Amino acid sequence: MTQPLLSLNALTKAYPGVVANDDVSLSIAAGEVHALLGENGAGKSTLVKMIYGLVRPDSGQMHMNGAPFTPSEPRAARAAGVGMVFQHFSLFDALSVAENIALGMENAPKLSELSARISAVSEAYGLPLSPDRIVGDLSAGERQRVEIIRCLLQEPKLLIMDEPTSVLTPQEVEILFKTLRKLSAEGTAILYISHKLEEIRTLCDSATILRLGKVVGHCMPRETTAREMAELMVGKLLQTPTRAAQPAGDVLLSLTGLRAKAPNTFGMALKDISLELRAGEILGIGGVAGNGQDELLAALSGERPAGRGMVVLKGEDIGPLGPTARRARGLLTAPEERMGHAAAPDMSLTENAMLTGALRQGLDKGGFLNWPAARQFAEDVIKQFDVRTPGPHAAARSLSGGNLQKFVIGREVMQRPEVFVVNQPTWGVDASAAAAIRQALLDLAQNGAALIVISQDLDELMEISDRFAALNEGRLSDPRPAQGITVEEIGLMMGGAHGMEVAHV
Amino acid sequence: MDLSAINPILFIAGFFVAATPLIFAAVGELVVEKTGVLNLGVEGMMIIGAICGFATAVETGSPLLGFAAAAVGGAVLSLLFAFLTQVMLANQVASGLALTLFGLGFSALLGQSYVGVKPPRLADVDFGSLAEIPIFGPIILSHDLIVYLGLALVVAVWAVLKYTRIGLVLRAVGENHDAAHALGYKVVRIRTLAIMFGGACAGVGGAYISLIRVPQWTEGMTAGIGWIALALVVFASWKPFRLLLGAYLFGGLVQLQLNLQGAGVAIPVEYLAMSPYVITIVVLVFLSRDKGAAPASLGRIFHASS
Repeated sequence: MTQPLLSLNALTKAYPGVVANDDVSLSIAAGEVHALLGENGAGKSTLVKMIYGLVRPDSGQMHMNGAPFTPSEPRAARAAGVGMVFQHFSLFDALSVAENIALGMENAPKLSELSARISAVSEAYGLPLSPDRIVGDLSAGERQRVEIIRCLLQEPKLLIMDEPTSVLTPQEVEILFKTLRKLSAEGTAILYISHKLEEIRTLCDSATILRLGKVVGHCMPRETTAREMAELMVGKLLQTPTRAAQPAGDVLLSLTGLRAKAPNTFGMALKDISLELRAGEILGIGGVAGNGQDELLAALSGERPAGRGMVVLKGEDIGPLGPTARRARGLLTAPEERMGHAAAPDMSLTENAMLTGALRQGLDKGGFLNWPAARQFAEDVIKQFDVRTPGPHAAARSLSGGNLQKFVIGREVMQRPEVFVVNQPTWGVDASAAAAIRQALLDLAQNGAALIVISQDLDELMEISDRFAALNEGRLSDPRPAQGITVEEIGLMMGGAHGMEVAHV
Repeated sequence: MDLSAINPILFIAGFFVAATPLIFAAVGELVVEKTGVLNLGVEGMMIIGAICGFATAVETGSPLLGFAAAAVGGAVLSLLFAFLTQVMLANQVASGLALTLFGLGFSALLGQSYVGVKPPRLADVDFGSLAEIPIFGPIILSHDLIVYLGLALVVAVWAVLKYTRIGLVLRAVGENHDAAHALGYKVVRIRTLAIMFGGACAGVGGAYISLIRVPQWTEGMTAGIGWIALALVVFASWKPFRLLLGAYLFGGLVQLQLNLQGAGVAIPVEYLAMSPYVITIVVLVFLSRDKGAAPASLGRIFHASS
């Protein structure tokens, strides 16, 4: 083997209170697809931010083609041939595709010329994309193409991809992998960050595993099982959630022709959604983000009341009722976005427990709040769900994602819901916390509650649901038994690859 | 009541004069808000510009130097806002309000010895024989340099925002500051420059009131134009030409109510005086249907670490 394209030697970066990267070394050859594996908080993001010039290492060296490489800003990294596709935060909704791409280039040509080049590159790599569309109107897969093409136009030698498949349909993932293999065949090195182990096994040549900022292992993904990699990542043995099968009970919740207008320009309207949910079952709802998940949750929770007769709970029409009235009748919900939607970040856990628990736990009387009872309730949730925190007085913001998520889910579960709707229960949560949350959901169903679990994570849905349905453009497919369903079928239910037809424009 | 006392040509020509302070203040604020910063200190920067311009023009005898000083004065005051919000990460609404209160008070202090003084007059631009074209000449070509500068500024801001890379970066910073930072743009620097541009524009707008429109110095003479400018930016949906339209509407209404007062219409003066503010806001609220036009990061504090 010749000298590596990029080699990192003993990189260390500390933030106040935490060492994000401790003595991390790895090297990537030209044309190699290298996976960077690790749980949330393992230091993957910090590491790539150093390569991309967003963060400067405290110590250690980087070499590019044998020469010292110390990018002081992203501009320098780009000039040296490093391109990065971000997971979040890097597109401008109100601007067009071409404008977005121009912003990421050093010497952007005129927009008309750039549009022609965008079309050429998108054709060459099989990534259909129209340069004049406004980014806010694009699907998640199309948005990602914008970022990839932005990088490709700079002809990078190293492409960094941060969790690229978390928002894609299986078909879109396949398109992406084809593009990446083509790039790698042309000699572009790819640093691929993910925690989806099966993907890494099909795509990557080698892998580096991080835990708590340290390299805990290198491996050849094709020769290693997913379980071995997962246990390296987590550092302990994983438990698989279990449940006993049971017959479905009475219909608890039924939706009939549920419609709702899109809440804003970039939202999605709900179109004619009907379903029946029985006691003791879990209905998994999949679909690419932005296809009506948030809107469905809002319609079920009562944040946006629905029309008469559209939502029926145990034979009672609750369509026009608001969240509190629905809570009183046993329909509880946990929205996604734990910072700001499911929890108030700057309020304490006690206060957050009070916010949704006041009614069902009897924490207020005649408008006066019973704080000792709320604190007790918060403590119960913390204990029962193993939330790692100094105590109920801690601000919600100070908890890690996984711990806050356990608290948010636990808070609702402890209120004994009859119907429980949850959106993205384990998004951004590490593997062991995710397993605990799933087990709690299964137990809830075991005890006779009916659950709707909306999630982007297909593996999770397959693991816990009895029936599966997909949201696509605000429509819900017919629910099917989850057992024996194939990935292919799920992909088709989710609407296949978005924007495939644009390819020949 | 005698409506025939109103000269239609002078009346319409007056639109331009009445609208100019508002155009400057609003177009400056538009650029600031496009970068995602909400500066509620427009009124304060205008009044500081009014006194700086007035004092400089009186001392040097040159109204143009006065306008230059007004721009500098407004920009310097806006730097205070930039320091508070971009460096100290203070709340933008509170900082903007403080800026207005500070500007009003400080200008009164600076202006103590200028009350009752008459400033030098800025000559109208000489268009030669073109100005003799009937109706068009007296209405359009009978104004001073600053009026035309204001119009040119609106066109320039529109063109820069729409067609240039600087404009694109500027909009990008206001749309999503985290993404702009991730791409390597200097969010704080760009915002600070925009805030200073807004300050300079507000200063010139203020000086136009004290040097040409009134022309004299009295405390608090900007009389809420800065607030109207803020409302105008929002209700014009951050579009320069709609903003121009709104400014002329306001200017026209001001002219109208002054003329009606002069003609002795039997409506209490207070109602006439407030009518331009009320009507402009009402009309603009109905015009601004596309509510999604606001820069997505408007008013949000940016810190590079998050």
